[in-house]
Amino acid sequence: MFELLGITPQVLMGQLLLGLINGSFYAVLSLGLAVIFGLLNIINFTHGAQYMLGAFVAWMLGAYLGVGYWWALLAAPIVVGASGLVLERLALSKLYHLDHLYGLLLTFGVALILQGIFRDAYGISGQPYQIPDLLAGGHNLGFMFLPNYRAWVVVASVIVCFATWFAIEKTRLGAYLRAATENPTLVGAFGINVPRMIMLTYAFGVGLAGFAGVLAAPIYSVNPNMGADLIIVVFAVVVIGGMGSILGAIVTGYGLGLVEGLTRVFYPEASSVVIFVIMAIVLMLKPEGLFGRSA
Amino acid sequence: MSEAGAGKGAPLLKVENLQGWYGESHVLHGIDFEVREGEVVTLLGRNGAGKTSTLLAIMGILGKRTGSITHAGRELIDLPPRRIAREGIAFCPEERGIFASLSVEENLMLPPRIAEGGLSVERIHDLFPNLKERRRSQGTKLSGGEQQMLAIARILRTGARLLLLDEPTEGLAPVIVQQIGRTIRALKEEGFTIVLVEQNFRFAASVADRHHVVDQGRVVDMIPAEALEDNKDRIQAYLGV
Repeated sequence: MFELLGITPQVLMGQLLLGLINGSFYAVLSLGLAVIFGLLNIINFTHGAQYMLGAFVAWMLGAYLGVGYWWALLAAPIVVGASGLVLERLALSKLYHLDHLYGLLLTFGVALILQGIFRDAYGISGQPYQIPDLLAGGHNLGFMFLPNYRAWVVVASVIVCFATWFAIEKTRLGAYLRAATENPTLVGAFGINVPRMIMLTYAFGVGLAGFAGVLAAPIYSVNPNMGADLIIVVFAVVVIGGMGSILGAIVTGYGLGLVEGLTRVFYPEASSVVIFVIMAIVLMLKPEGLFGRSA
Repeated sequence: MSEAGAGKGAPLLKVENLQGWYGESHVLHGIDFEVREGEVVTLLGRNGAGKTSTLLAIMGILGKRTGSITHAGRELIDLPPRRIAREGIAFCPEERGIFASLSVEENLMLPPRIAEGGLSVERIHDLFPNLKERRRSQGTKLSGGEQQMLAIARILRTGARLLLLDEPTEGLAPVIVQQIGRTIRALKEEGFTIVLVEQNFRFAASVADRHHVVDQGRVVDMIPAEALEDNKDRIQAYLGV
């Protein structure tokens, strides 16, 4: 059997799959962050908590109402998006004329409050969430075993990322969003309701976090810290891709997931820091990010 | 300024005692003028006189404003910019406002139609053939003249019948200035009403029915096109040329 530097294909492909799955979450989460930052100029530190909220809403729908995975996959992002809508109207909208720092502090505070509430209510041990029957089991590909649910996570994230990219880059609505990112005053003077567009964009961005949370629920245990552990890596992904760049967030998300997986194969000690090393290099050589526009 | 807009018919746009502020800075000190349907009028004046601020105030973009702005008899002073646009007023800013992340075609199609009667894309391409040829290009990759044409073209689609054009000839080659002049005359023939802010007096004189002179945030004089020849010295004194 083919081996590379003493690494068996099973190990290599297994880690690449793990990297691709992590990359799927990085891509969906960083996409939401990029959409929000692009239009609102808000660094949404609540994003990790909103991802956790998505997982918890899915779990609560199942535990308390008997709602299954597929309906939860639809309902939880809507619930999380609606909570984002309220947050934007009641708090974030008051900060747009102030420095970025205020938005960052507010969203960081909200994240701590959300995590605290769920930690208090459910502890930190985590709640189990079953893989839906349709996606149970897996396929033996000869060189590796591919669990169906993990394959679904990759496929679902690719579909969501592509649909979001298409909506933003190829539709009239997306043109409004891109234009409002550049010059919201002029877009408003064309008769477009920019404040409503900003509100709905924020809701959509956090809805993506909620969607990622539901996808993650059967893989990782549903616990209050699941977002906090991930969000720092996701911010690094966004910085590497270019703040506000939709394509950058998607490509960098998947790419860094794979890089992380490969690092785990060849130099495991560096796997938890490789993304931050890349971020430091990118910031030194191309501060606007790989896909960002220079100021 | 009481004679502004002297003539028959109710004014389409009437500005009375318009005061405006940028933050704490008081920049408009009681602007008064009227524009009748189908007219082209200019706001002339030196840099910093308050011409652009007047257009921004009409569109609701200036930070704070008081006084009265009526369009077709409807008061606009308390409306946000998006509602003012929906009343049938379109604004073409001095810096053109072409969006870098949008193609020429996307820039053209960006402003939503707010009423019937806007120009079709075919008619716009007749007026500005370059825009058709370069419709897939990034908006900001166009030359200055093409960007200006795009900035004017995209507000013609909307159905707005009152156009506010802020220095459309600024920094452009004479041949492009002539083309924009032909366009403005064509729009006038099609019944558009235009308020034009200009520094280029020769250009303004070639297209407008009346000229309002703005100085220190007020309209200080109004000169009809037919009286222009007799008042050249007066105009030159106002403009400092």
